[in-house]
Amino acid sequence: MTRYSIFSLARNALGYHRGWPRAWRSPEPAPTYDVVIVGGGGHGLATAYYLAKEHDVGRVAVLEKGWLGGGNTGRNTTIIRSNYLWDESAHFYEKALQLYEGLSRELNFNIMLSQRGVLNLAHNEHDLKEMSRRVRAIRLNGIDSEILDPAGVKTEVPVINISGDVRYPILGASLQRRGGVARHDAVAWGFARAADARGVDIVQNCEVTGIEIANGRVRGLQTSRGTIATRKVGLVAAGHSSVLAAMAGLRLPIESHPLQAMVSEPIKPVLNSVVMSNTVHVYVSQSDKGELVIGAGIDGFNSYAQRGSFQVVENQMGALLELFPIFSRLRMLRQWGGIVDVCPDASPIVGKTPVDGLYINCGWGTGGFKATPGSGWAFAHTIAQNEPHELNAPFTLERFSTGALIDEHGAAAVAH
Amino acid sequence: MLLIPCPWCGHRDESEFTCGGEAHIQRPADPAALDDADWADYVFMRTNPKGRHRERWCHSHGCGRWFNVERHTLTHDIVAVYRMGETPPDHGEADGT
Ligand SMILES: Cc1cc2nc3c(=O)[nH]c(=O)nc-3n(C[C@H](O)[C@H](O)[C@H](O)COP(=O)(O)OP(=O)(O)OC[C@H]3O[C@@H](n4cnc5c(N)ncnc54)[C@H](O)[C@@H]3O)c2cc1C
Ligand SMILES: [Zn+2]
Repeated sequence: MTRYSIFSLARNALGYHRGWPRAWRSPEPAPTYDVVIVGGGGHGLATAYYLAKEHDVGRVAVLEKGWLGGGNTGRNTTIIRSNYLWDESAHFYEKALQLYEGLSRELNFNIMLSQRGVLNLAHNEHDLKEMSRRVRAIRLNGIDSEILDPAGVKTEVPVINISGDVRYPILGASLQRRGGVARHDAVAWGFARAADARGVDIVQNCEVTGIEIANGRVRGLQTSRGTIATRKVGLVAAGHSSVLAAMAGLRLPIESHPLQAMVSEPIKPVLNSVVMSNTVHVYVSQSDKGELVIGAGIDGFNSYAQRGSFQVVENQMGALLELFPIFSRLRMLRQWGGIVDVCPDASPIVGKTPVDGLYINCGWGTGGFKATPGSGWAFAHTIAQNEPHELNAPFTLERFSTGALIDEHGAAAVAH
Repeated sequence: MLLIPCPWCGHRDESEFTCGGEAHIQRPADPAALDDADWADYVFMRTNPKGRHRERWCHSHGCGRWFNVERHTLTHDIVAVYRMGETPPDHGEADGT
């Protein structure tokens, strides 16, 4: 792997940038691996990277049916934060945020992390009480979080409308200053390049079509590019998790829904932080190119179609203009959808399954981009040790029979 | 946006309806006999197929009635609509095909 640096940039500039080597190999799948990760999104690639870096597990492959990051990783609105209510989630998401803070250096790949602050708005008495409880819980876990009054919100976000003459006036906000955004593709590509450099085979255009199990143990995978023998498989397929689990005869507490986002035409910098509102149901940030990146809620029905309904777009625009009347004449440029894996308690499932050698990482729903490095780190540990790390130990599939749910609807249902 | 044929009102916009999720999940006949895994299966586990899916819808901003829809989750084609309590039209199991 050529290291990226100011010197390699200068050297390649002399050759008119025609000499850059490819960032990762494109190998044929081998007949046997020690561990196979299914799904080449951020979480799968991060898992492979930490398996290769921190654990001695032998040969590792990542199988991706399309292209790297073509799932939710490349479709999300890239918001990163760790302001979750319960201890279990707070520690897990905070681990991810801390890994993000060192990730560009770790991977030698600029993931363009921008810790510009994330605001969650309060619009009524209940929101205010809920916010103050949440901020205190977050701070007790050692995570930065503060409360702003409407004037404080206006100082952070000068273009927001804090007038009392609207249906849902802004009464305050919580702010996590270490929150922000990162470049989604760069996270996938950075992990892919670093994993490849440590010997991981990344195989694109390779769809897993069956899981071979004998005596309750994984034996291998059927794929669109032949059979692969392996004794350990990690399923990291987001919206397609139920489809893959069904190949192993398992049912999951997951339903797949479309989630949409859109970007406006680019404008001069006006919005310096990420603003979210659960109550009016919208969130927005401004990209480095100047586009507003706007997200909304999921469609109510199950779907695998990677597109969403128009009334969701209408609601989202109405909510945006409630907060920012100044955006009323902006045109929207592009709109797209991803298929998110929604879990009943809005928390992920990261751990073992009833099948020996089969591990699952899913249920991140509308908010897993922020968790990418932490999820990969803990899942790699789980696969290598055949035992969850203490960070992901509460996030088992069994919690749905024991009742130990981790209800994060307040932190994750609208805000992503 | 879906165009949904309500069995009582005819075709209406999706925005008039609420989706109630997977249909035909039977409440256990003998609840006391269930163990925790059976309860988890009843309460939380879902089929979530990529293919034909039988689901409940309510015409909440119309006649207010619940009914069943069989819909393809990839093409969004509505294959069948039938009333509560009716047996689904027989063209094989709804599944991942
Ligand atoms: C519009 C939108 C906005 C979002 N905004 C945010 C946000 O602001 N902040 C945040 O934290 N999260 C956000 N999310 C959620 C976030 O994108 C996801 O939780 C996260 O990216 C999931 O990563 P992943 O690697 O698990 O899944 P993915 O990136 O979806 O990767 C799964 C991969 O598995 C592959 N696959 C599926 N089936 C097979 C098979 N049979 N064989 C081989 N490969 C297969 C798919 O092709 C896919 O590439 C958003 C999501 C969407 C859709
Ligand atoms: Zn009706």
